[in-house]
Amino acid sequence: MPDLYKRVSMPLTDEQIENLNSGENVLISGIIYSARDTVHKRLTGLLAEGKELPVNLKGQTIYYVGPTPAKPGQVCGSAGPTTSSRMDVYTPQLLDYGLKGMIGKGKRSEAVIEAMIRNKAVHFAATGGAAAVIAKSIKAVEMIAYEDLGAEALQKMTVVDFPAIVVIDSKGHNLYESGPLQYAL
Amino acid sequence: MREINAQTIKETVKQLFWQANYEIGPDILEALRQGLRQEESPTGRAILEQILQNNETARCEKMPICQDTGMAVLFIKLGQDVRIVGGDFNEAVNQGVREAYTEGYLRKSLVMDPIFDRINTKDNTPAVIHLELVPGDKINILVTSKGFGSENMSRLKMMTPAEGEEGVKKFVLETVALAGPNPCPPIIVGVGIGGTLEKAALIAKKATLRPLGQPNPDPRYAQMERDILSEINKLGIGPGGLGGRITALAVNIDYFPAHIAGTAVVVNICCHAARHAEAEI
Repeated sequence: MPDLYKRVSMPLTDEQIENLNSGENVLISGIIYSARDTVHKRLTGLLAEGKELPVNLKGQTIYYVGPTPAKPGQVCGSAGPTTSSRMDVYTPQLLDYGLKGMIGKGKRSEAVIEAMIRNKAVHFAATGGAAAVIAKSIKAVEMIAYEDLGAEALQKMTVVDFPAIVVIDSKGHNLYESGPLQYAL
Repeated sequence: MREINAQTIKETVKQLFWQANYEIGPDILEALRQGLRQEESPTGRAILEQILQNNETARCEKMPICQDTGMAVLFIKLGQDVRIVGGDFNEAVNQGVREAYTEGYLRKSLVMDPIFDRINTKDNTPAVIHLELVPGDKINILVTSKGFGSENMSRLKMMTPAEGEEGVKKFVLETVALAGPNPCPPIIVGVGIGGTLEKAALIAKKATLRPLGQPNPDPRYAQMERDILSEINKLGIGPGGLGGRITALAVNIDYFPAHIAGTAVVVNICCHAARHAEAEI
């Protein structure tokens, strides 16, 4: 755990978003929603048809995750981030709709970053492969929609002190670009 | 002829997938600790510490190290003096995978057909089984749960003989740079050189499973491994891809005789959660 970290509450406020900067370590508490490829496809399909989403995601944060099944007595199984870029084709539409935060791993497309700046949104990175540790910060899980997708279903998660790093802030500063540049020889 | 019951094969496969998913190998732990000592980036160090803590939590609580418990891949060496009794070999292996994933709370990540229905097979079968017939009366089983964050970043190139060592180095570096943060660095880079297209892929995959700290026995290839690792760790990608020195823990190269007209090169990337286990029956 780094010595310095910012506490972030979810859903994010515009003020919080304004004050989050690329490279900052954060501990996230509050409500986030799990969604991966197929949920994104279905959600953006609904938006394209002008229909309501199964849950209001305006102002909310999506965590790109498909947890392992919870063991008896567990709230959630192992739950690390999946690769964000697979959602790139859907994300600008969700950002224009009102999504404010994303948690995942890996780079985003130019179109996503432009949509983030346009809509004042933040992208956090969680550590890929730290799934058991991250699961400890998930305190409640509620099925919202698309239960047929199993691990990929849309779920509401209550998290406390979920460890993450601000990678792309609302100004478009990107640690995935600046970090490696700093250490390249 | 030694008789081995299909039930024994099933049970061994099941236990191996549990071991692989809950407990990281000591060689990988040691490489991560060494990486932590060498890493200059504070963020990189924090990520390596988190990974080490995660491996400890997973082991103690028998939780999957990573939520992507992958596609089940098995390398099986079957002794030619073994006679399998009490069931079908392939079914026994798949049943072992099925029980490991359903009873062990591992994620079922396979869909029946890749393009159209994409309906989950619900038990993570079928497994990818590579069978080799060898002398003797034993069965050696090496299993891996291959996550797709890293599998997706793997690449193939059919090179001309003229491209040689420099061509391979360039291709590996380019592949790692393109992958960036996606395959969950620090990574293990498996490189398969020679053979046909599928043979190069197979030896690249197997190379990712070679214990860390065990170089290629041919000193020229061992030198290539060290050189490429050193170049990769100059890229600056670092743990989690957020900047740092430790981008890869190892480069493992294996080769096979090549056709005079071409050299297949496959780079198969494995994440730091390199989950594999081996047993002999």
